[in-house]
Amino acid sequence: MILYWAAILVISTLLYVLLDGFDLGVGILTAAVRSDARREAMMSAIEPTWDGNETWLVTTGVVLWGAFPVAHATLLSAFYLPLLLMLAGLILRGVAFEFRHRTERWRGLWDASFAGGSLVAAFMQGLTVGALVEGLPIANGHYVGGDLGWLSPFPLLCGVGLCIGYSLLGASWLVRKCRGDICEFAYRLIPLLSLALLLFLIAVFGFALSEHLPVMNRWLERPYPFVFPAIGIIAAIVLAATLQRRSDQAPFRLVAIIFAAAFGTLALSFWPYMIPFSITIEEAAAPHSSLAFMFWGAGLFVFPLMLLYNATNYSVFRGRIRPEADPY
Amino acid sequence: MDLSALVLSRLQFAFTVSFHVICPSFTIGLAAWLTVLEALYLATGLPAYRTVFEFWLKIFGIAFGLGVVSGIVMAFELGTNWSEFSRVSGPIQGPLLAYENFTAFALEASFFGVLLFGRQRVAPWFYLLSTAMVALGTTFSAFWIMVNNSWMQAPVGYAIENGAFVPTDWSKIVFSPVAWVRFPHMLLASYLTGAFCVAATGAWYLLRRKFHIEARIMLRMGLYLAAILIPAQLFFGHLTGDFVHDYQPAKFAAIEGRWRDEQPASEVLMAIPDPASGTNRFAVSVPVLGSLIASLSFTSKEIGLTDCPPQDRPPVLIPFFAFRVMVGCGMIMLLLAWIGTYLSVKNRIEQNRALLYCIFLSFPLPHIAILTGWFTAEVGRQPWTVYGVLRTADALTPFLTTRAATISLIVFCFVYVFIFAFGILYIYRLLRAGPVGSLVLPPVNAIPNRPMSVVDHPALSESRRFAAGE
Repeated sequence: MILYWAAILVISTLLYVLLDGFDLGVGILTAAVRSDARREAMMSAIEPTWDGNETWLVTTGVVLWGAFPVAHATLLSAFYLPLLLMLAGLILRGVAFEFRHRTERWRGLWDASFAGGSLVAAFMQGLTVGALVEGLPIANGHYVGGDLGWLSPFPLLCGVGLCIGYSLLGASWLVRKCRGDICEFAYRLIPLLSLALLLFLIAVFGFALSEHLPVMNRWLERPYPFVFPAIGIIAAIVLAATLQRRSDQAPFRLVAIIFAAAFGTLALSFWPYMIPFSITIEEAAAPHSSLAFMFWGAGLFVFPLMLLYNATNYSVFRGRIRPEADPY
Repeated sequence: MDLSALVLSRLQFAFTVSFHVICPSFTIGLAAWLTVLEALYLATGLPAYRTVFEFWLKIFGIAFGLGVVSGIVMAFELGTNWSEFSRVSGPIQGPLLAYENFTAFALEASFFGVLLFGRQRVAPWFYLLSTAMVALGTTFSAFWIMVNNSWMQAPVGYAIENGAFVPTDWSKIVFSPVAWVRFPHMLLASYLTGAFCVAATGAWYLLRRKFHIEARIMLRMGLYLAAILIPAQLFFGHLTGDFVHDYQPAKFAAIEGRWRDEQPASEVLMAIPDPASGTNRFAVSVPVLGSLIASLSFTSKEIGLTDCPPQDRPPVLIPFFAFRVMVGCGMIMLLLAWIGTYLSVKNRIEQNRALLYCIFLSFPLPHIAILTGWFTAEVGRQPWTVYGVLRTADALTPFLTTRAATISLIVFCFVYVFIFAFGILYIYRLLRAGPVGSLVLPPVNAIPNRPMSVVDHPALSESRRFAAGE
């Protein structure tokens, strides 16, 4: 039961990272284009699905609360300020979808809140993951770091890294969904962003080595997580090859595989800890009756339904956004 | 324990939840009404239903968006500010919230996209289904929230192990009679909110002599629905009160403004309670009515606040006044709905401009009633977070500093006031422009995913230029 819910947590977090990852990435990229029409087209590429994507964040949050209340209480309270800023970012970008259509004079304001909110949310997510990898100051199962216990160079680096990663995911989504010069624009970005991401990963690795992060010991003790980085590297090589051939569907899938590989690496190196390296999954888990109650309804029946709704949504809006008249 | 972090956290939660609750209560009602409109349109083929649908869909879009983003905050705040509550109560309330997410959010979020952008891409029956799914999702959401909150009001089916609540009987928790009375109370409140906002909009257009056909549909459907639902709402409100009487005597005494035991008890209609002296000033009360309302008896003894140890007493002023404001709003709405329905059936309502003005100006009433109802329920539960078991002061994140709590309160106030101010402005503009296509038309070329149906509609495209010029 505990394993089942840990798996659901991993799946919904991964789905969140992949799905909201691309739409946060598109959000960040809207800052790089000039014309209103292009921003409009970029937002159209994510507009029908962003709400469903963001729901996976809430899913992650409530599964964490329901199945692992100790982790929920510890993590959320420890990351008080980063989460506050992430929420503010998500709010400001979320309302921009509706609000920018309702005004002309203030459209710039909502475009800024869309791009800025996406950037802040992505950065804060990267920062929290980075702080987790580095290790939170926890004594006797309680966070003892104070207001800024998560603040150090490594998490900040990870924040920047996730912004780059999400942008890459966003660019490869645009290649899939858009036409004309937005597609071209995204194609130009993919190699640059991939290179930046590679540099970031090297930096992270170097940092982890030089600072003797506890994560490193685990990698050296148990080398089997290296399967995931290997998959990631293969995907990156294939990505480089397909970019030459310009098959529009491929980049998103490959970048998604790279993300999944990075995510798998992290998950395996944390195992069996929920909060590395102080609270294990077992310690964080809710009593059996809670897990069973969720399992026999939500877990067994509704979770597949959720995936189905999500898939329905994507299949209704599959294909490229329609060129009513090519404005470019 | 930092007292000011506690006060700030309570303020922050009250602030964010109050802003949030306005949106879902409005959208639950609107989603159901949109489903009815779409079904009517499919059944009758009358274009007016479609026009009204498209018009309210835009308003729904804004309100729903505000509800989504402000709702995400709620789920996180429980962990950030109330981590002890999250840890202790997680095994029971976490799964309930997980059910809300699994059954409601995924449903509404996925089909919301179809509703807003998919008209051209799916078959009419599927579009109707999507509308119904969004409505169903919002209803599920309300259900699980009410189960959750009712458990905090009257905890059942649990044991305490290692300082945390452990669920022992889920059927008691989910089928708690308290939840099954408060859920219809909330659902009816949401439907009434939708009904009154729609009727008020219809009345506004009739007063301005615009959109006659659509305005009549809005006014009539809104009034008829309200006329039927308000009596039901009063009934469920009464049942809710009965549970408060049985399970939360201190809250009941605070609502009633009853300081000492009385037998038979009188009913304080209006007064200014004075917590310092434990008495009511300028009280207008009816003898014996208090016992009658509370216990359906002429002789029953009703307990007063002083029965309760001082450290367990809720604040009196907020529940006392909030409850009376809620009931007052309900009574005015009942009056308007019944008179309006009567005149509407007699076909005389459109000549009665005074009544139309009253209906137009009544749109804040359901929102005020919902907010004050929640204030009554939540402030009346104090000093407990989980009634009788977990104090609010013990629910707080133990290491939360005043500095962090101040920052977050300021950020949330700023962000919420900012987005709600613009949200209300944009809803107001849409309402003022009326059912004539969007006020600011996005450049058609650039928004391939947007439904072009508004433009395709002959009645709408005629009036488009007019709307854009307003």
